[in-house]
Amino acid sequence: MVTITNIVYLISASFFILGLKWLGSPKTARKGNFLSMLGMLIAIVVTLLDKNILDFTYIIAGLIIGAAIGAYAAKTVEMTAMPQMVALFNGFGGAASALVAYSEYVRVGAHMPLDVSITLVLSLLIGVVTFVGSLVAYAKLQGLMTGAPITFPGQKFANGILLLIALVLGSFFVAEPAVPTFLLVIIGVALVLGITSVIPIGGADMPVVISLLNSYSGLAAAMTGFVLSNNVLIISGALVGASGIILTNIMCKAMNRSLANVLFGAVGTADGGGTGAKKDKAEVTQYTAEDAAVVLDSARSVIIIPGYGLAVAQAQHVLHEFAELLMQKGIKVRYAIHPVAGRMPGHMNVLLAEANVPYDMLYEMDQINDDFQNTDVALVIGANDVINPAARTQKDSPLYGMPILNVDQARTVMIIKRSLSPGFAGVDNELFYDPKTMMLFGDAKEMVTELVKEIKNI
Amino acid sequence: MEGILVSLYIFVLAIFVGFEVITKVPPLLHTPLMSGSNAISGITIVGALISAGAGHNQLAKILGLLAVITATINVVGGYMVTDRMLEMFKKDKSEQKR
Repeated sequence: MVTITNIVYLISASFFILGLKWLGSPKTARKGNFLSMLGMLIAIVVTLLDKNILDFTYIIAGLIIGAAIGAYAAKTVEMTAMPQMVALFNGFGGAASALVAYSEYVRVGAHMPLDVSITLVLSLLIGVVTFVGSLVAYAKLQGLMTGAPITFPGQKFANGILLLIALVLGSFFVAEPAVPTFLLVIIGVALVLGITSVIPIGGADMPVVISLLNSYSGLAAAMTGFVLSNNVLIISGALVGASGIILTNIMCKAMNRSLANVLFGAVGTADGGGTGAKKDKAEVTQYTAEDAAVVLDSARSVIIIPGYGLAVAQAQHVLHEFAELLMQKGIKVRYAIHPVAGRMPGHMNVLLAEANVPYDMLYEMDQINDDFQNTDVALVIGANDVINPAARTQKDSPLYGMPILNVDQARTVMIIKRSLSPGFAGVDNELFYDPKTMMLFGDAKEMVTELVKEIKNI
Repeated sequence: MEGILVSLYIFVLAIFVGFEVITKVPPLLHTPLMSGSNAISGITIVGALISAGAGHNQLAKILGLLAVITATINVVGGYMVTDRMLEMFKKDKSEQKR
């Protein structure tokens, strides 16, 4: 029976790998997710046949409660709220790994070999930090607490000390596994560490944190796999750990910042600071929707640059209507998606897909950046820092070196924005003052709706 | 010690497989990738099931119950929300209208 169980586990691990591979293309992605689900299902079923299981009461209760909560959350969540949802699910995964590890300790007791006690400590530490950290990330993204960094003097030092304490206690435990007090204190330290390590990170840096926590939850599962000598946990945990690290890395690169700077830099105060020395108040020319409609009507190619402001204003659907209208006039319309558009990796693509925008109209930065110079109109909605030319030229700018969309190379630039306020980095955008830029002040949804109306009138 | 070494081999090799497979996923699908891989990390549920059902230690079983609940939220929620997102990705207009 043990052999059969392990063979089934091997099959489910293979399904996970194949499932992730099929996630590589939108055509096969859904099938890949099903395959991954199937892998999970057979792993669960074969585990239920385990002869060590004597009592199914708790199992059935747990499965029903968990499935009900999970299904309800998955069905009702808004696509804009996806980052915090993923953070929350992620946190539960971390909690589960830590709980399993501790339960195993209670069950098996103090007689554990070295490798089990080491991984037990790691599983608890990572699992609890993932859980608490994810809850903080959830609270920040959901607006339950301020998105601005919360810092106090000596914070990095305190976090370092906490981690050190946890590791020292961990080694005490490994030397003397009969003393559960060590584990309990480690859990306590991990609880605090989860909070203090995430609160100094600003709301706009959350995509990085969520990716990182995703990676942690995988590592926690892998460590629990070591504790239980269960290879399917080890393999799956390693896959997820790798995936989280890759996404974290992509996000950091797109913001031109190191992971250390994101985690400890406490960047992004709520009011935007305004560090950029105000230039000699250049003239900004304000246009109306009618002016913009005339220009758009005579354009042959348009690139739309959506930012998170678009999603906040819930303007995706009307934007799609707008794009359809332009296409009916024979205008070539494409969307340029910056890697950090939205609140998590790939978030903007999901938001546009929800509004029925076909995914073959969505272009990554590298695919489309050379085309701006041959484009009549670049329409920017709710984005700011990712189009700021200062990132290319001004060495003293905090944005310097960040990869940006070459919006300024288009023949005409239209920017829909509430006001002239600087973006999250607190830097003024010279593009607003460029003579070829048409500033359209207003709410994204209202402005696009007006554009639709005006274009229909032409 | 033999056992842990084999497990360590598996762990390291699986990380390499993960890197190979996941770097090929385009940014278009990074959000579903994240929620989908998130659901996979819920595999810890197999450990949770044993904890909740095996042995007679009440504390271990209660911890197991909590683990089953949290892991199931992770698994069911993660897969369902991933499917919900992937369902929305459509290519051209003929497929859009259903």
